Amino acid sequence: MSEEKPTVHMTIDGHSVAVPAGTTVLEAADALGIYIPRLCHHPHLTDNALCRLCVVEWEGARTLVPACVAKVREGAVVHTHSERVLRARRTILELLFSAADLSDTPEIVAYAQTIGVNPERFADGERIEHPIYDDNPFYIRDYNKCIMCNRCVQACGNDMQFTYALTVGGRGFHTHVDTFFHRPLPDTSCVFCGNCVAVCPTGALVGKTEIEMAITGEENHGH
Amino acid sequence: MYEPILLRRVGRIHPTRLSDYETNDGYRALRRALTWRPEHIVQLIKESALVGRGGAAFPTGIKWESVAKQPVTPKYIVCNADESEPGTFKDRVLMENDPFAIVEAITIAGYAVGAEKGYIYVRGEYSKAYDTLATAVAAAREAGYLGSHILGSDFSFDIELRRGAGAYVCGEETALFESIEGKRGWPRQKPPFPTEAGLFGKPTVINNVETFANIPWILLNGANWFRSLGPDGSAGPKLYCVSGAVNRPGVYEAPMNITLRELIEEKSQGLPDGRSLQAVLIGGAAGTFVGPEHLDVEMSFQGLSAIGASLGSGAVMVIDDGTNMWDILRRIARFFAHESCGKCFPCRYGTQRQREIVERMANGTVRENDLERLVDLWATMRDASLCGLGQTAGNAIESGLRLMGVLTT
Repeated sequence: MSEEKPTVHMTIDGHSVAVPAGTTVLEAADALGIYIPRLCHHPHLTDNALCRLCVVEWEGARTLVPACVAKVREGAVVHTHSERVLRARRTILELLFSAADLSDTPEIVAYAQTIGVNPERFADGERIEHPIYDDNPFYIRDYNKCIMCNRCVQACGNDMQFTYALTVGGRGFHTHVDTFFHRPLPDTSCVFCGNCVAVCPTGALVGKTEIEMAITGEENHGH
Repeated sequence: MYEPILLRRVGRIHPTRLSDYETNDGYRALRRALTWRPEHIVQLIKESALVGRGGAAFPTGIKWESVAKQPVTPKYIVCNADESEPGTFKDRVLMENDPFAIVEAITIAGYAVGAEKGYIYVRGEYSKAYDTLATAVAAAREAGYLGSHILGSDFSFDIELRRGAGAYVCGEETALFESIEGKRGWPRQKPPFPTEAGLFGKPTVINNVETFANIPWILLNGANWFRSLGPDGSAGPKLYCVSGAVNRPGVYEAPMNITLRELIEEKSQGLPDGRSLQAVLIGGAAGTFVGPEHLDVEMSFQGLSAIGASLGSGAVMVIDDGTNMWDILRRIARFFAHESCGKCFPCRYGTQRQREIVERMANGTVRENDLERLVDLWATMRDASLCGLGQTAGNAIESGLRLMGVLTT
């Protein structure tokens, strides 16, 4: 016998919503057709709530709340695009533009334009130049495009593949995805399953055939 | 004259000699606890109004009660001994000089909430504190105060020690759990809170060393006695860490109705001759600068909150007029950029850009929009960071710039 989850009523941007308990605010907003931006969230991965782009203003809460993990609560009132939210989102995106190449992340670039982000605002800050890692026959790693959303590390680890070839190194501004002891991928436990490439949101990980097709203009017919 | 409670045995007993501890009230509280029902102890701690001494001031009894009520087992007790807040050195004094008190208190907590395993996570740099605690745990186990059927009761409990590896963020409770679990020490999004899903995903009581040190005394002397020490809302004794431009820096114990002036001028015997007070940083790098006009503030949770500061871990860093505030602010900005774990975007990038801007301001190479950018960084880090590190990374710098008159809004 399946148990029916109780229905929770709350308000998002002035719209009443009635959804099953356990639904996240992000899912509830999606159901209402309200777009909340997201970068680290992926439907098949554990949410770590680390990009903080999906933060919303939850009336009564001390800080903003990440919509990807916050569960709906009876009577709660949430604003997804208040001035307080937009200020945080703008600043986070301006910081992101100053540290990573977002040219292959068009939906975020487009969203940034709609909320008035100035991509050059922190451009005078230090930027880390990464070499492009071309060390295997299957895919290329260009960490200049990496935003450290952690999705590849999770796909390689507990969320999908249980291979643990990818890990996180450094800290603070110098945090980066790495292999153990910085070994080339063929020397690691990597089995080239491609799950990390599939979940990368910014084009930091790209399959080589995709690059070749882009160069030759050939279309992918799904072989 | 106030008689110290937490520091009572410090310097008067041999730290690792169990018989010294026993003849100075040691293990009387545990013996008493084992004759009570666990709920009674939780109720007593709630009535004592003890709140956490690590910085967040959360009511200890409520924490214990929520863990006690969890149906899930096993449960864990964790002692946060990763004392890393700049200017804070009180837990170190307790661990190095009265380690059995911590061990006894953790054991009492285990009995009160139904846990059989405790961990003490000791700051990596604190090798003496680690050794002292390790010796004390072994001696307690040998004497039957730890292990199976403690003092002939049905209660079994043991303690394991873990050392940190030099990361400030591992003092954040969920990062500390990750570290004990053998993972990269970065914090988890809360909720779920540790009382529900803490160490190894199980219900966990996590308290600071000083918080634990209060527990045996509450069991021995009662909740009313504890509440009577200190003003309403700030019950019990508090350890203050006074450092910087004072004649006698050190750890001082007082009820929380003590004023900043009394701490500096009486306890620490004032500033060296010929120097005057410029500022006091209260609560460490994550804390707030206050000016000389606040010398009469009551050093309680509510007293400091009323002037926009917070007690935090009890750090009181005294800065004289001969010190360049820019050097201090630059140091703090570097500290947060260095200690950010890099998990969430606002703190990973925000602490770096804050450091760059503060360095420019300190060097006199400030750019036109630097201050305006800094103000946005503070708001964003405070509002959108994943943990307390990022949320407080701008506090000291913001209050410092306000005190210096650089920030006027």
